[in-house]
Amino acid sequence: MSTTPLQFGLDEKEMRQVYAETILELAQNDPSVIALEADLMSSISTNKIQPLIPNQIINCGIMEAHMMGVAAGFSLTGKIPFVHTFAQFATRRAFDQLFVSCAYARLNVKIIGSDAGVTAEHNGGTHMAFEDLGLMRLIPNATVYEASDSTMFKALLKQIYGEYGIHYIRTIRKKAKRLYSSSEQFPKGKGKLLRDGKDVAIVASGIMVEEALKASDLLANKGIEAMVIDMYSIKPIDQNLLIYAAEKTGFIITAENHNVIGGLGSAVAETLMETYPVSMYRIGVREQFGQVGKTDYLKEFYGLTAEHIVKAVMDKLEETE
Amino acid sequence: MNDLERFRDKIRLWTLKQLNHLGFGHYGGSLSIVEVLAVLYGKIMNISPGQMNDEHRDRFVLSKGHGGPALYAALAIKGFFPYEMLYTLNQNGTKLPSHPDRNLTPGVEMTTGSLGQGISVAVGIALSQKLSNIPSYTYTIVGDGELNEGQCWEAIQFAAHHKLHRLFVFVDDNKKQLDGWTKDICDPIDFVEKFRSFGFWTCRVNGASLEEIEAAILEGKKQSKKPVAIILDTIKGQGVPYLEQKEDNHHIRPSAEDQKAIEEAILELEQKCSSEEVNV
Repeated sequence: MSTTPLQFGLDEKEMRQVYAETILELAQNDPSVIALEADLMSSISTNKIQPLIPNQIINCGIMEAHMMGVAAGFSLTGKIPFVHTFAQFATRRAFDQLFVSCAYARLNVKIIGSDAGVTAEHNGGTHMAFEDLGLMRLIPNATVYEASDSTMFKALLKQIYGEYGIHYIRTIRKKAKRLYSSSEQFPKGKGKLLRDGKDVAIVASGIMVEEALKASDLLANKGIEAMVIDMYSIKPIDQNLLIYAAEKTGFIITAENHNVIGGLGSAVAETLMETYPVSMYRIGVREQFGQVGKTDYLKEFYGLTAEHIVKAVMDKLEETE
Repeated sequence: MNDLERFRDKIRLWTLKQLNHLGFGHYGGSLSIVEVLAVLYGKIMNISPGQMNDEHRDRFVLSKGHGGPALYAALAIKGFFPYEMLYTLNQNGTKLPSHPDRNLTPGVEMTTGSLGQGISVAVGIALSQKLSNIPSYTYTIVGDGELNEGQCWEAIQFAAHHKLHRLFVFVDDNKKQLDGWTKDICDPIDFVEKFRSFGFWTCRVNGASLEEIEAAILEGKKQSKKPVAIILDTIKGQGVPYLEQKEDNHHIRPSAEDQKAIEEAILELEQKCSSEEVNV
């Protein structure tokens, strides 16, 4: 299997800027595109594009539950609604509305949950979703992505625009580490093999991809060859790539800015348990709520750093020796 | 008897026949919306089985989804599906579940049943049509109990803010919800005052009167800025005196006595409806 060439650096644009620009591009090319917001327009920069497409952006006010119903109404009349709010409002708060009015009714609604996990920073536990991927994965036939850089985010937004159904993209709002060249494609149901290796495979998503790459550097210094996968498509998940990783390394570590229950770690474990069971450890939040703090502090607190990944690998390898 | 009265009687008859065939169900709140459904589907709405892909059609969302059997009766009479299908209500594999499902039943615009949600969807439809400059109307019925749900009030203030004057919200004010009297569970105080203060054009009518409902709709259609709320003064079990007087009439599993009364009501309505075809 060939690896994807990476293009490192800091993203030039914040993810929110990417969101606003992509929505503007889609909306200007297609009058049926509608962006729905719940009083977080200036948080995601759509306030800057509103004057250009005033009839295609609706600020619903602080009414997330109602906003899901409005999205369903737009879908019923042939429009293509993109719904944005913070991840915990999009999922935890409005889950039954999203489930019944949008998904169970088999409508066409795109949901963008921002401020993924610890990146909610000073908004703290009330605003910090470690559960959104799990909730979204429970919805039959929903597609669930976590974007790891701006190239990917833009590509995924364009992709879900063209595909009928319930789609969820989890993202941070600020600058991400640049990973991909602007021509890279991100098909549904696929992962990106970023580095090959034979001793362990680190399967990560979102901000944890950067940590996984760092961990693989640290492990290389110890003579351990770590495979790194960016598993941006969490549902459906790339079963073939997971089996390749399991077969080659016999040891999988998942790394997610999310509860270890329900999200990427669960998805990988469920897939491999049924196809190619191997040793596994899930890096992620365990039995904890969110709290205020800087991202770096929170990553350390919840065990979401390259060093935590390295330690998990070393513990396992020592155990087996 | 005119066509609209015959349509009303036939909706009531087939609502009872469905529920009687099934053996249990939401009699109370299905019967209390028979008149408003008769006026909407019989006289007001621009809708027919051939128009379901017409973007200019009027749309109806039954936000109080447990009234499904009454809607199914109206749709069958309008020719959306054969009458025989009504006997499949809630049977295994049916296309008529107790709460409406847009993917199963011809003529059903929206899946509802989780209370408070349908009104938001109706508001979304009305706003979408307004933004597209399509002058169609959107009608929804909410229950008085359903208005316990905070989401309804989100939808109501949003509709007024966006001046959705082609949105009609009917409140089936039958005074009861599952566990008892609405005033005892969480007193709504005054729906007219509430809707008015939220920016709606509002009136209260006798929900058993076809004439009053129609007149209120025509008056509401004169609005050019405000959405319309018509509070229907109704009774659970409406039109079947025995069921109207029954204390616990939200969801009924009939006793032998109930059964007898329901069958008598069916017979009476059958005699009224037998000879003449309904032309709506």
